[in-house]
Amino acid sequence: MTGAGMITIVDIALLTMLCFTAIAIMVLRHLFAVAALTGAFSLLSAGLLVALDAVDVAFTEAAVGAGISTVLMLGTLALTQRREHRPPRFSLTALLVVIATGGALIYATSDMPAYGDPNAPALKHVVPFYIEGSQNDIGVPNIVTSILASYRGYDTLGEVAVIFTAGIGVMFLLGLRREDEDDEGATRRGPGRPPDAPKPGGTKS
Amino acid sequence: MNHHLVLRVVSKLLIPFILLFALYVQFHGDYGPGGGFQAGVLFASAFILYALIYGVDNAREVLPPKALRFLVPVGLIIYALTGFASIVMGGNYLDYDVLAHDPQHGQHLGILVIEFGVGTTVAAVMVTIFYAYAGRTRDVDDEDW
Repeated sequence: MTGAGMITIVDIALLTMLCFTAIAIMVLRHLFAVAALTGAFSLLSAGLLVALDAVDVAFTEAAVGAGISTVLMLGTLALTQRREHRPPRFSLTALLVVIATGGALIYATSDMPAYGDPNAPALKHVVPFYIEGSQNDIGVPNIVTSILASYRGYDTLGEVAVIFTAGIGVMFLLGLRREDEDDEGATRRGPGRPPDAPKPGGTKS
Repeated sequence: MNHHLVLRVVSKLLIPFILLFALYVQFHGDYGPGGGFQAGVLFASAFILYALIYGVDNAREVLPPKALRFLVPVGLIIYALTGFASIVMGGNYLDYDVLAHDPQHGQHLGILVIEFGVGTTVAAVMVTIFYAYAGRTRDVDDEDW
């Protein structure tokens, strides 16, 4: 069997499993199982990205999508309910909107350049410059790294700033609460403290 | 999760290798797939695994939130200062060519340093977010799931 044939089989298998995972996520009411399945969905997407030779993206998808997001979803579940109570009602409008959007997207793919087409517009602009320059200007074999870190260094700086901002936002909203209270030597929510007592050492904010 | 003997033993075995693999991805990103983002997430996942198995309180002693509060901005500052270093040495902002005598060496050095900054911030932010979520509840009993 040729390599391309193998890849097709792998693609079909992965996409089928993706579909079944998505349907299971829709149908299941037990949110613990749904969170686990979302992780599986990300892992399958990562497999598809490997089949597309996008290892760096697959790596990120596997680590962030399948790993961290699943853990965060489980963490959220621990704070809320584990079961979805109200079964969703059937809605004709929603179905029509979904079918129309899906149809438009499938129609749009007919205008897309073929997979791996070297004459695709996206590959004509600066990509040849990067591919030719990477070896001599930067000397880094992984072109993804040389684009990410050097040619597009500003963008990556912005991305890190976004992650930084996200972290700061979570710190402000949720806080690293328990540690602060441990500092004060009080238990959680401090039931023993009178409500109008001044916060000891309240340096935050 | 005190009674999960298998989980505890296996995670104890795995965590050093996860950390080592994260460092490999971090510093080998120029040659193989990966880089600061992926390495940061992997590094954080080792601590998150530890927290999941041994409890968030123990994890807080291994990696205290105070240290995280310090590390979150430090990575971004390392990145930004690399840019200023290249201005000081006579180039444009984030132009690594001037960081060493040879432009290629400069690029290697610049990429290594900024990737380290990226990894630091990403790892610290991921653990911070995990602490923020997981730290708000007491550990959930297995039966409650």
